[in-house]
Amino acid sequence: MLGALALAVSSRWTETTARRFVIAVSVLPVLLLAWAWRQFDPQGALFQFVEEVPWVPSLGMGYRLGVDGIALAVATMSALVFSASIAYPVDTKHQPRQYYAWMLFLQSVSLGVFLALDLLLFYVFFDLSLVGMFFLIGRWGHGQAQLAAFKFFLYTFFGSLLLLLAIIGLYLSVEPHTFDMRVLIEQQPLAGTGLYAGLVFLALMLGFAIKTPMVPVHTWLPQAHVDAPGPVSAILAGVLLKMGTYGIIRIPFAMMAETFARYALVIAVLAVVSILYGALVALAQRNLKRRIAYTSINHMGYTVLGIAVAAAVLSDDTVARQIALTGATVQMVAHGLITGTLFLICGSFWQRTEEYDLDSYGGLLRQAPWLTAFAVLASFASLGLPGLAGFVAEFHIFVGTFGVYPWLAVIGVLGILVTAALFLQMLQKVFFGAMPERWAQFEDLRPLEWGVLAVLSAGFVIIGVAPAFLLTLVEASAKLLMGGR
Amino acid sequence: MPIGDVLPEISLTLGAVAIVLFASFVRQRQHHWAAVLALLAIGLGAGLTFAQWGGTPRLTFSGVWALDGVALASKLVVLAAGALVVAMSPEWMRADRRHGEYYALVLFALLGVIMMASASDTMELVLGVLLSSVASYPLAAYHRGWAPALEAGMKYFLIGALTNTLLTIGVVVLFGLTGSTGYPDITQALATNSDRLALTIATACVVLGLTFKLAAFPAHAWMPDVAQGSPVPAAAFLTVIPKIGAAVALARFVSLLPPDVTWRAIVASISVATMTLGNVAALRQTDVRRLLGWSSVSQSGYALMAIVVMGISDQALPALVFFLATYATANLAAFAVVTHLRGRTALDDYRGLARNAPIAATIMIVSLLSLVGIPPLVGFFGKLMLFRVTLEGGYAWLALVAVINTVISLFYYLRIVAPMMFGSHPSAVHVLSGLWARSTMAVAGVLLIVGGLGAEALSLFTGSIRFAL
Repeated sequence: MLGALALAVSSRWTETTARRFVIAVSVLPVLLLAWAWRQFDPQGALFQFVEEVPWVPSLGMGYRLGVDGIALAVATMSALVFSASIAYPVDTKHQPRQYYAWMLFLQSVSLGVFLALDLLLFYVFFDLSLVGMFFLIGRWGHGQAQLAAFKFFLYTFFGSLLLLLAIIGLYLSVEPHTFDMRVLIEQQPLAGTGLYAGLVFLALMLGFAIKTPMVPVHTWLPQAHVDAPGPVSAILAGVLLKMGTYGIIRIPFAMMAETFARYALVIAVLAVVSILYGALVALAQRNLKRRIAYTSINHMGYTVLGIAVAAAVLSDDTVARQIALTGATVQMVAHGLITGTLFLICGSFWQRTEEYDLDSYGGLLRQAPWLTAFAVLASFASLGLPGLAGFVAEFHIFVGTFGVYPWLAVIGVLGILVTAALFLQMLQKVFFGAMPERWAQFEDLRPLEWGVLAVLSAGFVIIGVAPAFLLTLVEASAKLLMGGR
Repeated sequence: MPIGDVLPEISLTLGAVAIVLFASFVRQRQHHWAAVLALLAIGLGAGLTFAQWGGTPRLTFSGVWALDGVALASKLVVLAAGALVVAMSPEWMRADRRHGEYYALVLFALLGVIMMASASDTMELVLGVLLSSVASYPLAAYHRGWAPALEAGMKYFLIGALTNTLLTIGVVVLFGLTGSTGYPDITQALATNSDRLALTIATACVVLGLTFKLAAFPAHAWMPDVAQGSPVPAAAFLTVIPKIGAAVALARFVSLLPPDVTWRAIVASISVATMTLGNVAALRQTDVRRLLGWSSVSQSGYALMAIVVMGISDQALPALVFFLATYATANLAAFAVVTHLRGRTALDDYRGLARNAPIAATIMIVSLLSLVGIPPLVGFFGKLMLFRVTLEGGYAWLALVAVINTVISLFYYLRIVAPMMFGSHPSAVHVLSGLWARSTMAVAGVLLIVGGLGAEALSLFTGSIRFAL
């Protein structure tokens, strides 16, 4: 449906032309995906809009793209976050063409990850996203950008190589050998193979957990976030982290249901640990961006919790499990939009002040009312205020969890409490109270920034107020995935 | 005598002789025409090899010379790699007084490597190893006035002399044990023979002898010095091409051994030691050529993985040849860039290259990423096939070790990439003037990407190969 985008940005354009062109190109997938959304038939097959071109048929590998409801939702969100981030003003360090070219490259491979129906193609895009991110952080980051980029690449590359081994393990387990996801989902090749399945599962989960990231393999995240430029952080949090959880749904959840069910409780406990740990560590951060980065760990923990609950076949409460999976997907979309917004706001702070220390701010409400408004809105959405997207997602996840692991839900809710505290404290420190003299020149949002933030915020407000359009789409696929076992 | 079966080799020999004569009678300034002659000989050889393609696997010349898919495929890889090496050389060698003879040496060394890959007889194997070694020593020390080149040549020669002797001893013991040098006879004799001690000694000696050409542990020590000290095109040759012949020869040899010889464990441990040592040693290098040398050591370790599972996984041989081809392309591309940049070697000098010489920098980055195995570059498919056969063969732990090593290797490859992309350097970049090195670099770079997208064609090519035995 969507070919990878051509990177025709190499001619010697001026910065503004390049910018306009790139924004236009990056909006294209949003429109295409929106169109696909309208055409998508919730009653139809699991995968729709399938496109197939053989690539290396002797290895059972092809260029297969297509979507189900979950992929479509996440991909559309990603395309939106990308367009927003690309449009967002940033210091391109005199290399605007390269910057925009890398952004477009990253956009095409990220969408590729969500649309791929071939395991190897999935892996190809998954790995390329690391390459794109590495150059973006290293070249346009600040602080210890190169170190952060190194750490990010090495850490996540290890994860993706484990993933590769697991993918080969899956590939070898079907006859005839193929990388086609649809075949693998249908056949559940590893059901009842004990240790082998366990090892493949372990490698898969470790690979995705690093990407998600879950405690204890999250340590690459804060540094990568802090040193990356704002829009790139928005993509990192909004899109790249989703690859981890999306991958969990797509591969272990869909293809190895039986094995996942056996370890669902372990994963759920780890998810709750991530929730609490992420929230508590975020609370302790003095650095604006680091704090938001840690809340990502917390929020992705909810998603993983939802998936783990959905996988727990041992419980016969199918409805609860379906709700949990729906919640997990909605959480991915919501978190992408909300955290994307928050990181873009961080980017605005850096552009103005090159300072992330919370204590140095104060009283910006009067100086920058629009910035405050958006920050407050996004923070409230992030802490799960009813009427905003975060609430819809977390509500679903916790309802599902109550049906399956009640006591985990109780512990998990504590995480929300801590998140609320940390966001409120952050808002209070930055926007209220006395304003230090040095910020007297602090500018409010420029129209462009305003517009971009408004679009993203509109996204999570609409999902919060009228989630039906998203829920029907996701529920349809969730049902099919559940019924498939 | 079935002369027709060795026409490709004859064309190389004639080409080499013609070049020696040409170089002795023509002015030094015209010596770059010798490169054209060498390319012609290689092209002719490749064409003739291609003509042999598709026939049934068989042995010829009383069973000493294999004409099977593996031999032909590796021959084509070797010839293609040789052509790239020849093509990147003329400008580098322009100032050298013995410019022309260089190509003759390259052709002879190629011939030796091809003999290694095709040998189906232990004496033939020794002959191939010796021919390629003898032709390679002067290549390593071609700039004899320069101390590091001499050191590289000396080290190469000493280690080579030692391991070649071991190889010969192994062959002699094997002959004493089986009364024959031909592989088919050896297989038969070993099936009934019970002197395990002698066989173990013979195997150990032959394997050790071949590790020299493979640059695998424990005979790898020459590799970094040669990569750093010898002329860059010669370094490109020596880090890549002998490996192809040696790996195939090793695969051929171990497939003779009876199953109760624990050669799998031996090769697996050599593989682990080689890749780990190569990668760890490369970590702190500050010299790009030396770093590439250590990285080639580690790549030999990966290649050995395919030999470990030979006979368990039916795709092991295709995976081996495929991986060697991808590795050769990537490594030659990297060395072509270094040649183009007049051998610039200190890591610091690579700062800001992406801005000063964008094309060279891009090709360098692509080739390094291909060595790591980032998709969709061709190196990814090489690694993919290796991992696949290793897992299929039940050596998951070996694959895991390789994964960890790949992550380590990413670190030092990034140590080259990062300053190129993120750093800045005020001074201009000096490059070799002329088209040879530049176009070789471009061709190799394009091959890396096209090869990845067209991996199907390559894998069809190698998919069905097997030994004649």
